[in-house]
Amino acid sequence: MQNGSVPRLELIGITKSFPGVLANDNVSFAVKPGEIHALLGENGAGKSTLVKMIYGIMPPEKGEMRWNGEPMDVPNPKAARKLGIGMVFQHFSLFDALTVLENIALGMDGNLSNRELEARVREVLKTYGLTLDPHRVVSTLSVGERQRIEIVRALLLNPKLLIMDEPTSVLTPQEVAQLFETLRQLASEGCSILYISHKLNEIKVLCDTATILRGGKVVATCDPKQETSRSMAELMIGGNLKDVSKDASRTFGPPHFVVDNLSVPGDGRFGTALKDVSLSVRKGEIFGIAGVAGNGQNELLSALSGEVPVDRDDAILIGGQAAGTKEANARRKLGLCAVPEERNGHAAVPDFTLTDNAVLTARDRRNLVTAWLINRGAATQYAEGVIDTFSVKATGSAATAGSLSGGNLQKYIMGREIMQTPDVLVVSQPTWGVDAGAAAAIHQALVDLATAGSAIVVISQDLDELLALCDTLAVINEGRLSDPMPVADADIEQIGLLMGGVHGESDTTHMPKPVVEPEAPHAV
Amino acid sequence: MSFDLIIPIIITLVGASTPILIAALGELVAEKSGVLNLGVEGMMLIGAVVAVAVMLTTGNHYLAIICAAGASACSALIFGFLTLSLSANQVATGLALTILGTGFSALFGQPYTGQAVPLLRSPFAPELAQHEVLRIFFGYSPLVYFSLIMVVAVWWFLQRTRWGLILRAVGESDHSAHSIGYSVLGVRYLAVAFGGAMAGIAGSCFPFILTPQWVERLTSGRGWIALALVVFAAWKPFRLLAGAYLFGLIATMELYAKAAGGNFRILPSELWAALPYLATILVLVLISMRRQGSTSAPACLGRPFVPSN
Repeated sequence: MQNGSVPRLELIGITKSFPGVLANDNVSFAVKPGEIHALLGENGAGKSTLVKMIYGIMPPEKGEMRWNGEPMDVPNPKAARKLGIGMVFQHFSLFDALTVLENIALGMDGNLSNRELEARVREVLKTYGLTLDPHRVVSTLSVGERQRIEIVRALLLNPKLLIMDEPTSVLTPQEVAQLFETLRQLASEGCSILYISHKLNEIKVLCDTATILRGGKVVATCDPKQETSRSMAELMIGGNLKDVSKDASRTFGPPHFVVDNLSVPGDGRFGTALKDVSLSVRKGEIFGIAGVAGNGQNELLSALSGEVPVDRDDAILIGGQAAGTKEANARRKLGLCAVPEERNGHAAVPDFTLTDNAVLTARDRRNLVTAWLINRGAATQYAEGVIDTFSVKATGSAATAGSLSGGNLQKYIMGREIMQTPDVLVVSQPTWGVDAGAAAAIHQALVDLATAGSAIVVISQDLDELLALCDTLAVINEGRLSDPMPVADADIEQIGLLMGGVHGESDTTHMPKPVVEPEAPHAV
Repeated sequence: MSFDLIIPIIITLVGASTPILIAALGELVAEKSGVLNLGVEGMMLIGAVVAVAVMLTTGNHYLAIICAAGASACSALIFGFLTLSLSANQVATGLALTILGTGFSALFGQPYTGQAVPLLRSPFAPELAQHEVLRIFFGYSPLVYFSLIMVVAVWWFLQRTRWGLILRAVGESDHSAHSIGYSVLGVRYLAVAFGGAMAGIAGSCFPFILTPQWVERLTSGRGWIALALVVFAAWKPFRLLAGAYLFGLIATMELYAKAAGGNFRILPSELWAALPYLATILVLVLISMRRQGSTSAPACLGRPFVPSN
């Protein structure tokens, strides 16, 4: 990287508006060859719109884009790929019914035979130490595995500019370290990287420059190594960042949510079976479950929430009452609420209004239904209460869930459950794809709920989140849960190894994931 | 059952199955791209009447088939314009297309009603085509061989070619396909036009293989069977072939039962007439139950797509 060299990508005065919103307002910045450039901003700051224009999905209204100093014309993503722009999407552009290999083939413009493509995919997987079976159907994969497809697809193009939209949210610390090594190698070969993330400490470690967007405008350009995470977060939100305040001296009540040797057979060919999972959560305690995607988290959440009742009634005790064979609604009446990982289509019905979505889970605990009829007034009031309390950006309680941005919908769903004041709350990935400000609000709400005496289980792949939030931590790997450890004594190396499947005394046949030495970069 | 009964039954069943198979293959491709066109029956009628008209005017079977395919493809493109470019509801528009096709064919076919249409016979030499045994291989209309080639071709196209992969991707997730840079509407227009052309060719099977004349509503609901077959065959071409032939088999048995009289009279003739439909549905439901959990329906089937810009 030389000073004064022609920027790989330069944006000059880019403006783009949608009905009612100015998504990008006169945005200018430049990315040098070999530079790792962070694009920071809250949800709705205009980052996604901006990268969509760079990738040719939509045209800017005003302004100019330059590629190596020349005016750049990208009418469609194919043209962008031809220039050497690769992209890893935040909302995956994957096809559920197709295989991994077919999905990758769709993102390639050249005419490769399946065999050649598979060989190249395997080579990239090996080079970057990623695991993925090319012949699996995407619908059977976890979120983390799906993201790996996107990453591999972009790397196969031998990109000159790689746009990464939140690539690390579902990786283990070791995998993140590996990915960063990869990205640095790519950068040292001259590939520029435009890196979008909410994880400010990652940006500090990885990025050379950061451009911060707020409300569609560039508010600052800085060197993240010179800034603190806090100062960057405050630039993003344009105000002071509130810390999650947790009373360290608080004491826990008696065990309130107990899971005793829970075993659930795996669902279908690719489901993970749960094996003898035991945990005990006290009143006021936040119990974290770490692990790499696809190790039984979804099965565990389904079993705990009652979506899939288990066959032994005393495997799950809520406040001393056996609830293993009870379904979700009956468990809600006992005080257990749950938030699954997938916001749209699992936690919420995208085409329903926020009010209707509130009725779906809160109808009993909040008396939103009288004599089999929905009490419209009460439901609307409840939905609006959630919107106000959790600062959900929506046009009102009549907005459809699908019209909200991911972070806002997540706040709404968390609020919908938290405001039912459950005695037990089970949440999966509470802040996946959510920006710093919203994540802090969700974390604070969880801590407040625990302080008020609820027992909380947080399943997450974001270790930083668990370490900040939880009192106790366990790791799930291949459907087995490790012994719980107090977060105060937790050792990140140790947790990382547990996540990768090294149990020490365990008899599992699973090979421990080798800590891969970064190989010489391949010209892919 | 004696051997000399089996051969005519096979020949009849293959003929009876062919229009259903061809129409269903076209619909399968359209549905794989995410478009549900319920107008198959109407498009078949348009194809049938155009085939009769061109045949009686020019005397050329193949020209008649090509014109039938073209006319039905045009009607499918009207459907495509309404549902794809104008995002009209696909179910309602498809039903309207069937009504249009029924009415158009009745009106346009008026002058040709009852006129004898020469059948399109086997292309092979009479020694093969009329041989006592070998005619089960060589005794069919070229349309039959075309349908069998198309089963393999559609399967190969969808599963083995890049274009087939793109088509499936568009039907699976239109927004993802758009964001990677494929023209969702372009692919769907082509698929719908292909479905129309196949329905037209299927329509031409009626005057050229089955009943050598034009009468109103000549296709007698076979378009609907084709639609149902696509679903029950789980969008798989070879299962489509099995389903269509099963339908043809039982429909043929019905004919023989009526002709034979005697013991077959146990069942009332209405039940015999319903049997092909019942049996086809039953068998295909059983097949699809066995492989539960596999999401075979294209995820975007019937959903309009409006590109975001």
